[in-house]
Amino acid sequence: MDAADRTEGHVSLRGLRKVFAEVVAVESLDLDVAPGEFFSLLGPSGCGKTTTLRMIGGFEEPTEGRVLLSGRDVTGLPPYRRDVNTVFQSYALFPHLDVFENVAFGLRRKKLPKDEIKRRVADALDLVALSGYERRKPSQLSGGQQQRVALARALVNSPQVLLLDEPLGALDLKIRKRMQLELKRIQEEVGITFLYVTHDQEEAMTMSDRLAVMRDGRVEQVGDPETVYEHPATEFVAGFLGASNLLTGEVKDRSSGLVAVALEGGSLAAIPEHRFNGTGARVKLGVRPEKITLQPPDDPVPPGANHVDGLLRMATFIGVGHQYEIEGPGGTPLRVYAQNVGTRRDFSPGDRVRLVWDPEHTFVVNDEEGVGDDEPR
Amino acid sequence: MSAVATRAEDRPIAAERAAAPRKRRRRGRKGGLLTVYFWLMMIYTVVPIVFMIIYGFNRAPAERVTFAWQGFTLEWYKHLFDLSDLTAALITSLEIAVLSGLIATALGTPMALAMSRYRYRGRGATDLVVFTDIAAPSVVVGASLLSFFILLNIPRGFGTILITHVAFNIAFVVVTVRARLAGVDTSLEEAAQDLGATPWVTFWRVTLPLLMPGVISAFLLSFALSIDDFIITSFVNGQTLTFPLWIWGAVKVGIPPQVFVMGTLIFVGGVLIAVANVVASRRQRVQTIAVNAPTRVPREG
Repeated sequence: MDAADRTEGHVSLRGLRKVFAEVVAVESLDLDVAPGEFFSLLGPSGCGKTTTLRMIGGFEEPTEGRVLLSGRDVTGLPPYRRDVNTVFQSYALFPHLDVFENVAFGLRRKKLPKDEIKRRVADALDLVALSGYERRKPSQLSGGQQQRVALARALVNSPQVLLLDEPLGALDLKIRKRMQLELKRIQEEVGITFLYVTHDQEEAMTMSDRLAVMRDGRVEQVGDPETVYEHPATEFVAGFLGASNLLTGEVKDRSSGLVAVALEGGSLAAIPEHRFNGTGARVKLGVRPEKITLQPPDDPVPPGANHVDGLLRMATFIGVGHQYEIEGPGGTPLRVYAQNVGTRRDFSPGDRVRLVWDPEHTFVVNDEEGVGDDEPR
Repeated sequence: MSAVATRAEDRPIAAERAAAPRKRRRRGRKGGLLTVYFWLMMIYTVVPIVFMIIYGFNRAPAERVTFAWQGFTLEWYKHLFDLSDLTAALITSLEIAVLSGLIATALGTPMALAMSRYRYRGRGATDLVVFTDIAAPSVVVGASLLSFFILLNIPRGFGTILITHVAFNIAFVVVTVRARLAGVDTSLEEAAQDLGATPWVTFWRVTLPLLMPGVISAFLLSFALSIDDFIITSFVNGQTLTFPLWIWGAVKVGIPPQVFVMGTLIFVGGVLIAVANVVASRRQRVQTIAVNAPTRVPREG
């Protein structure tokens, strides 16, 4: 009994593959989502994340591989025989039914008693703060309200897993921000596994317990948002999640727990072994803009810190901080973000500057030329 | 002094106000030719019908339609069903129109669904058949059906008329329902299945209700096509007379005014139903558009 309870809401994808008329949408995907987890599939359009979701929902049949829900193989089952529910990108509310009947649709299919349906619909509408809207038609609701009806309609069935396909994509920024927190609150309240598809890295990081970054039908990295942000496994992940400064370099020495990398332009950087994800000799070394401190080039570098020198091209004041565009060694554009805490030293365009950062804030990925062109949306 | 100032200020506003209708009038004059054209077309299409309606009220001493105005009477409305064979023909026509409309809609709706929702072998051929069915001249269809019935030794009469009308109506049903189906988001059907509805339940609870305006239009179109079909029916009717066939026979000896009255009633009924359908489907379309608006976002991944 205990063991069964623990697998309730567990999603396993084993060697999942989907080919549409010779175009590979998803390539040998293995993924495990823990019960009660808020898990996001993150990636640019065309990366296969929606196709993956649709295979879990039963709307696409995998070319190869298996989908397991709570330990049960559901690969061949039609959508109506899977204990998952979906919140569609277009909401897909039934226009001919009112809010109550939309939400009650799944319960009516289970032939539940009338008063139970009434009670559960009321609870679901209460959960999404739409009590009193029972008799409205979907066309009489705003986008955000329609979105919440779609959520209630799925959640009311207490599925083992809730699939969400870019559910906030059609909402404007302000409502989207509010709905992100709302979704997170609801997920914590109901404790159902949420599998969330999005191309918005900020959205994924705000809500997810863990996320998978996908690209060209493959998973590039799986981890909690902090790990994926601080330790990107590939150059693509580094570029897709937030801004990164990437410097090309060559591995010189791998002893004493520190890896020494000779950077373009001459300076030598040290990276702790556990932060080193590269495999070859040529690697890319990355630092997030907010981890770098700017100082005049003649000031001494703190002991143990990494540094490169550059030429300040542009300084922008953005209220909460300053953003600097710097031309680094070999012409590499670098970006530095400094929090506006009132201790700013004055730098102006044309100044020579030294960029200093802690080796702990350095990550290293393999050098994949041309990957940076994949414009994240 | 101040009064003068105000008046001066008023002047440009007044000028503007005067200019506004002039501008509108000029735009109206520009479209004047179009308006004239519009009314000429209206008259061209409507005059024969109006004529029929008016002469349904004409006193006609010989009980035959005459186009000299003899004075107003409701006589023909009172004695509408006095000519028993005309009444029988009208009833036959109505029966065939309703039955063939229902059967064609019942057969054509699933066909439209299959043709636009599923990929199957022979889909292209089905498309072609539907098109041919609409494009084929009535004379050809009628003649071929007649030879077909003779070949199979099927006695001509009510049954063969019904079969024939169902056959030519199906194509129009398919076309009409498919047009409506194009506006129904497939994710609605997916959502229904996601919520536990089998394909059967999905059809009855979601697809069909959303298709209903199209299905009703298809039925009305079938009804209309059936009730005034003359050419094809004349090949396969045997001894059975439909309303148009009876009138055709009567033309040689003069049309009884009841024909105009029946025509008027059929016309008024048709217009009322058409208006009701337009109103209903417009109301539903507004809803569907509002709900489907977010679909414009391109599908991801």
